[in-house]
Amino acid sequence: MRSFQQKLSEFDARGIRVVGISVDPPDINRRQAQKSGYTFPLLSDAKAEAIRRYDVLHRGAGPKGADIARPAEFLIDSSRIVRWVKLSENIAVRARPEQVLTAFNQIEATGQ
Amino acid sequence: MKRHWNWSLWIGFLFVLAGFFSYTFFARFPVTRDFPWANLILFCSGGILLVVGLVRAFGSPRAYRGKIFGSILTLLSVVIIGLFSYVIFYELRQVPASTGAPHVGQTAPDFMLLDQNEQPVGLGDLLSGSKGVVLIFYRGFW
Repeated sequence: MRSFQQKLSEFDARGIRVVGISVDPPDINRRQAQKSGYTFPLLSDAKAEAIRRYDVLHRGAGPKGADIARPAEFLIDSSRIVRWVKLSENIAVRARPEQVLTAFNQIEATGQ
Repeated sequence: MKRHWNWSLWIGFLFVLAGFFSYTFFARFPVTRDFPWANLILFCSGGILLVVGLVRAFGSPRAYRGKIFGSILTLLSVVIIGLFSYVIFYELRQVPASTGAPHVGQTAPDFMLLDQNEQPVGLGDLLSGSKGVVLIFYRGFW
């Protein structure tokens, strides 16, 4: 997410919002945002409701076997249609902001 | 005759240790995190130095020290590299299939969650007045 923060102005320029979603409670998210300098919102999905709806639950992968989110990124357009998805097969490999920006530019260019 | 200290065993082992402990540093950059080639280069260099050291220790035991400590350092290195490989090439890839995740072209499921200031935020809020939103699901910091 650090890389998304570094490119945030490019998302702003295109009118795209960026949010992080995890099972962490709001106070952890507040501390993390301050510590890492994240200016986009970090949303708390403590009950993994949104995480389940997007089928990105990773059972037992958290501390003490807690259910957490697996890394995944979705680009959703203003009419709520999913336009780009990245489901990593490796926890260490995350989507890069450039990939999302390129996908958005292509959607804009084709005018779909 | 005074035997040489056989430094390449120690330097080799240091390279292996560096390869292991530098992961948290290299994981900060996507280029070295997506594939841990920087760590593998350190492991390879360490391995080569250890082999050179062992060849000296066992090939010319009258000139070089290190038959015992060289073997111990090499064994430790094998364990360290094995552990690293297990975590990086096996454990990190145990990710659920997420076959039910929304596909391109589908309507994104709605949600209402609290942000870091305990304010509720829904998908509709994120999309009002914007051209889109990137949802980044992440494992969390706990």
